Amino acid sequence: MNVSRRTLLKAGLAALAVPSLAACNNGAAARGPGEVIYWLWDAAQLPMYTECARVFREQNPQYSVKIEQYGWDDYWSKLVTGFISETAPDVFTSHSAKYPLFADKGQVLALDEFVTKDAVDLGIYQKGLADRWIGADGKRYGLPKDFDSEVYFYNSAFTEAAGITPEQLNSMTWNPSDGGTFEQIVRRLTVDSKGRRGDQPGFDKNNIKVYGLGYGDAGGADGQTSWSWYAASNGWKYSEGEPWGTKFFYGDPKFTETIGWWRGLITKGYMPTYAQAKSGVDVTTSFGAGKYGMTPNGSWMLGTYQTLKGVKTKLARLPIGPIGKRLSMMNGLADTIWAGTTRRDASWAWVKFLGSQTAQDIVAKAGVVFPAVSASLPAAKAKFAENGWDVTPFLETVEAGDVFPFPANPNAADVTAVMTPAMDAVMSFEAEPASLAKANDDVNQILSANA
Amino acid sequence: MTAVTNAPPNERSHGGQAPPPPKRRRLGDLKVAMIFLLPATIGFVVFYIWPTLRGAYLSFTEYSLLEAPKFNGLDNYDRMIHDSFFWNALVVTLEYVVINIGVQTVLAVAIAMVMYRLTRSITVRAAILLPYLVANVVVALVWYWMLDFQVGIVNQGLTWLGIDPIAFFGESNWAIPTIAGINVWRHMGYTALLVFAGLQTIPAYVYEAAEVDGAGEMKTFWRITLPLLRPVLVMVLVVTMIGSFQIFDTVAVTTRGGPINSTRVIYYYIFERAFTRFDFGYASAMAMVLFVILAIVSLLQIRLLRAKESDLA
Repeated sequence: MNVSRRTLLKAGLAALAVPSLAACNNGAAARGPGEVIYWLWDAAQLPMYTECARVFREQNPQYSVKIEQYGWDDYWSKLVTGFISETAPDVFTSHSAKYPLFADKGQVLALDEFVTKDAVDLGIYQKGLADRWIGADGKRYGLPKDFDSEVYFYNSAFTEAAGITPEQLNSMTWNPSDGGTFEQIVRRLTVDSKGRRGDQPGFDKNNIKVYGLGYGDAGGADGQTSWSWYAASNGWKYSEGEPWGTKFFYGDPKFTETIGWWRGLITKGYMPTYAQAKSGVDVTTSFGAGKYGMTPNGSWMLGTYQTLKGVKTKLARLPIGPIGKRLSMMNGLADTIWAGTTRRDASWAWVKFLGSQTAQDIVAKAGVVFPAVSASLPAAKAKFAENGWDVTPFLETVEAGDVFPFPANPNAADVTAVMTPAMDAVMSFEAEPASLAKANDDVNQILSANA
Repeated sequence: MTAVTNAPPNERSHGGQAPPPPKRRRLGDLKVAMIFLLPATIGFVVFYIWPTLRGAYLSFTEYSLLEAPKFNGLDNYDRMIHDSFFWNALVVTLEYVVINIGVQTVLAVAIAMVMYRLTRSITVRAAILLPYLVANVVVALVWYWMLDFQVGIVNQGLTWLGIDPIAFFGESNWAIPTIAGINVWRHMGYTALLVFAGLQTIPAYVYEAAEVDGAGEMKTFWRITLPLLRPVLVMVLVVTMIGSFQIFDTVAVTTRGGPINSTRVIYYYIFERAFTRFDFGYASAMAMVLFVILAIVSLLQIRLLRAKESDLA
């Protein structure tokens, strides 16, 4: 063969260029027709989903699943760039704060046809969960995989030292004027640098050693782990026509008085100032260092609190509010299919499997989250109990149906961009709670502009 | 200027035969030169020119990333004028740049002077460069931990000294100075080395002359070192200031724009608009404005500080 050096060079360059250009695609062509790429963000859940993928493969030899995990912060931007460059995963874990936008932009597949065709029983899920994934357009965009709710995580050494019994902690009441027995407990748990408690004479609110109540941030638009249950049990709703609110109520007196009471705890010295709270690495780290008597948080944080070796942590119910009961936000995750997938049937098979009791039993036994399938819940409870957690406070509100949804809407990012600075300003005393009425107008303007 | 008038005659400016001009441009090398330039050119076009042009185009569109861009003329620029977050971002960024560049340049010159006068040790030079070798994000995170209000070592130290702990990242007034300080810590060694290299270009005879004339240490610094260092300083200022305007990573891993809006610098705001709020057209428009601002600032610096002239000539 007579090949000139020039031809060789050209051929070599071409050979180099082709695979590198093709690599820009996620290799949809390169992988088998039955191989599904699946994304999740929680590293703690990787092992159980790897196990799910193994069982799925056993049951469906024609399909296989490749799992990729990215941290929460990277996850969403990677996903969006994936949509644009057509390299998104076939199936991915989705969140109620995010999917409405994706649905609005036609990036996720409606599952109604599949659900009807395979006669999927939606009654196996925890009450109300499956409906969270019906979008504003009435179509279903995911099958639920887990759920979460909120409680107080308290430092039991501190409560014992304060002479507060678990019974007292689990029967707290709250109201926006004097804070009820909840505030009394928080006050008693607060200790100043000289060892005086919040309810003892001479208490110095400017030199605090242990704050009764910790918080991670001002809550932004949802207040999920900061104020949502106070406001809800005060009879407040996020928006008209929940969960697809078109008009929000952040200016409602029921809300502003709740926030006014909440930030009042800072003035009284029971909660750190906003600057101090935000200057911390995070609320659990400070709790682990023995700086807080109790901190509200979501069930997905159980694993993190478990790793805090310096403190003995227990769970307490949320307080009963003015409307006469305790309410928690219930949120959850679901698996959704990317609209651009070239493997619809394989993707659906995987989503259906993850939504089945077989898969959720595997998830439950790992004891990381609460499974969406009711029948799998006892296994999760048992595993949590084995790890020393009595998770009843999380489940009671859910089982009683005393829950409210995460405020979802396709403009969630814009709403957050308004509400986060507005709430920050109130909590740092740079604005009055009444200023939230103005923020609410801004929010409603965004919603009407995009309607 | 004593130094300059006492300088020996400059050989170059006083005759001396210039080499004869090459008779023929060696066009024969052009082909080879092109081949060597090609890789860099491809990179420049693909990763700089094309994105810049596309950014300029997108700045005139409404583009949500998930749908095709729609041309909307100057709407984005009009929105910008009325967007209080944008103006706040500019002010915050400017505050950052002033603190960051001000402190950093003074410290860098100081360190360079100390090195120049005291040691030529390679070990010292390497040690001074160390913070620069650590990734930005790592530096930011480590400081974030150390400056934690409740468990951070810095505040523990302050308490031990009898000073009340400071919410470095949580207090609106402290957040930008804190972030600026962290980046000063990371970059001052590198900047000092650049200045140090500049110091070495100043001929020793000028200093000898100054000494003969009886100039003191301070006077020598103000009257000789600084003026002769000017071209290098301008280069350092232009480069570090452009970098400083583009502050992003430290904010992204620590305060994320908060508390309230006190650290929502322009780059972070652009990022938020583009990738969390999918308002790519508007983000592009802000990026174009930042581009123009940087171009003007750099030109002004070069002009005002007469970067092209050296007092040595």
